[in-house]
Amino acid sequence: MSDSVFASVVQAPEDPILGVTVAYNKDQSPVKLNLGVGAYRTEEGKPLVLNVVRKAEQMLVNDQSRVKEYLPITGLADFNKLSAKLIFGANSPAIQENRVTTVQCLSGTGSLRVGAEFLARHYHEKTIYIPQPTWGNHPKVFTLAGLSVKSYRYYDPSTRGLDFSGLLEDLGSAPSGAIVLLHACAHNPTGVDPTSDQWEQIRQLMRSKGLLPFFDSAYQRNLDADAGSIRLFVADGGECLAAQSYAKNMGLYGERVGALSIVCKTADVATRVESQLKLVIRPMYSNPPIHGASIVATILKDGDMYTEWSVELKAMADRIISMRQQLYDALCARGTPGDWSHIIKQIGMFTFTGLNTNQVAFMTKEYHIYMTSDGRISMAGLSSRTVPHLADAIHAAVTSVA
Amino acid sequence: MVEETLKLAYGENSDLLKDKRVAAVQALSGTGACRLFADFQKRFSPDSQIYIPVPTWANHHNIWRDAHVPQRTFHYYHPQSRGLDFASMMDDIKNAPNGSFFLLHACAHNPTGVDPSEEQWREISQQFKVKGHFAFFDMAYQGFASGDPERDAKSIRIFLEDGHLIGCPILCKEYGTLWSESWLSNPPVHGALIVSTILGDPDLKKLWLKEVKGMADRIIGMRTTLRENLEKLGSPLPWEHVTKQIGMFCYSGMTPEQVDRLTKEYHIYMTRNGRISMAGVTTGNVGYLANAIHEVTKSG
Repeated sequence: MSDSVFASVVQAPEDPILGVTVAYNKDQSPVKLNLGVGAYRTEEGKPLVLNVVRKAEQMLVNDQSRVKEYLPITGLADFNKLSAKLIFGANSPAIQENRVTTVQCLSGTGSLRVGAEFLARHYHEKTIYIPQPTWGNHPKVFTLAGLSVKSYRYYDPSTRGLDFSGLLEDLGSAPSGAIVLLHACAHNPTGVDPTSDQWEQIRQLMRSKGLLPFFDSAYQRNLDADAGSIRLFVADGGECLAAQSYAKNMGLYGERVGALSIVCKTADVATRVESQLKLVIRPMYSNPPIHGASIVATILKDGDMYTEWSVELKAMADRIISMRQQLYDALCARGTPGDWSHIIKQIGMFTFTGLNTNQVAFMTKEYHIYMTSDGRISMAGLSSRTVPHLADAIHAAVTSVA
Repeated sequence: MVEETLKLAYGENSDLLKDKRVAAVQALSGTGACRLFADFQKRFSPDSQIYIPVPTWANHHNIWRDAHVPQRTFHYYHPQSRGLDFASMMDDIKNAPNGSFFLLHACAHNPTGVDPSEEQWREISQQFKVKGHFAFFDMAYQGFASGDPERDAKSIRIFLEDGHLIGCPILCKEYGTLWSESWLSNPPVHGALIVSTILGDPDLKKLWLKEVKGMADRIIGMRTTLRENLEKLGSPLPWEHVTKQIGMFCYSGMTPEQVDRLTKEYHIYMTRNGRISMAGVTTGNVGYLANAIHEVTKSG
């Protein structure tokens, strides 16, 4: 047998975030805690399938008239319309004027990739500015799509909040027309979001420089409020892209459901843009999967199920907020040195603790607590039962490790 | 699911699987798998090209183009005989630089339905060995072609017996991770669970094989009926290829103009290369179809 044609292929590195779970699984300790991956867990530490999702699935399975034919390249039409309404608002003029094209994509990642490939082919500026820090997969997605990636200041470690002046400066010096990635809400990994006033300033700056907004919306829970930033931009009549994920807010992680919307100046432009999006998608995977999108459409179009969903969504969000409060209270009770108010100020699933890599390693080794080395913890992985253990670990790390 | 799929493609008792020499990852159907391979090929063999048969599924060209892999073609379909242009195909294989990448349809070639015979596959495999070529098999119709998945995978099994390294619609794991992560992070779970449930349960698998055979048999039945009807109508043209061709499609040999007439005058829709999806033919419409084809082709 001849030598492998792949003999020169090297072993690729493990994904750092997924690697945390690998290490966690190997750990035998009864008190181990996985605060790595951003997937919701119940108070009992188990994954959650929403009741309304199970109901929708049952309806789909029971409907004998349903078939498994190919969806159009752009995906399930109902799903697309309903997704646009969800993110832009049912009364959005952009939707009513047919200026929005929405295509079903493979969750948030797929939406980002399709949008990026479209921009790399059809947009005159090939640079995208991403916040520092951002989700680990963002740079790869954009680079492989053919864009070049630059960053803008976002997180201020000294305040554990937004470096707003740095952000304005960096966007202010970006070349006119450059693409800017914005986390719509619940910034990953920091949980630090601009206030509405700050969003307005960002909007004005971006529009004055013709910077093109590309929103990543993975955490729309408080359904209207969390889309506020996006709607602000759309309300001024300008253009933008929005990548939408149903992984977290409907718990449909593995079904890979999402949508890419592009808001255009005119309906005519939107139609032409959509035709080109199809050419990007077809040689990637032809057309998207039906199951997840069908679940979403079933829920969104039924008034009662929609209400049920928002109730379950609120329960998930409330549990996370409660964990934040409990952790903060526990650290205060222990007199842990430092200001921990960012735990209750930060938004969404993650807390950027501010712990350094040494402290993180210490917590893993001594307390069997697993998180990404940047000090990001997934609040969804906590429960009332495990908060004390985490608080002890943070206290020990802060007081004994530099 | 990946495990069960590998057994289906390579055989239950494949040494390849026992020796763990297959790297495999779930992909987004055939298109996704082709694209993943194309991107991988570009990354690890940046100077390589892909040889694509003429004709092929139109999207193949888009896939390798978007992956920035230059394309060349090799002879495949012989319009006059409506069969395989084996001699020219072998010439192209011999004349390609050593170690070239070839896209091969494992069975039920799309759009022609023309497959090499077992003997011809063996010759192709031998020539690939001599030249050190790499075969990427697109197998979208395993089970559909003959009704027997084992039989439909014959081409792949021949290549494996001969010791080739090949690529197939299920793909590279560690190496593919980087790419699949930047497209979709991880693949959709629902479809894969359905597949693994079926392939992993002996009773369900048996039921599946029966249903696949049922589908394949219906299509083969329609081929026979269509050909019989055309011959009965006294068509001056040869229609042997309708029953010789394999899989879902019949490459009828009709011209684009004839196809346009079928659409305009008879409301029959097909791609302009004359490719008929036999799956759309039923006992209820085969007579109408035969008559329409006869009408537009009888004057030659």
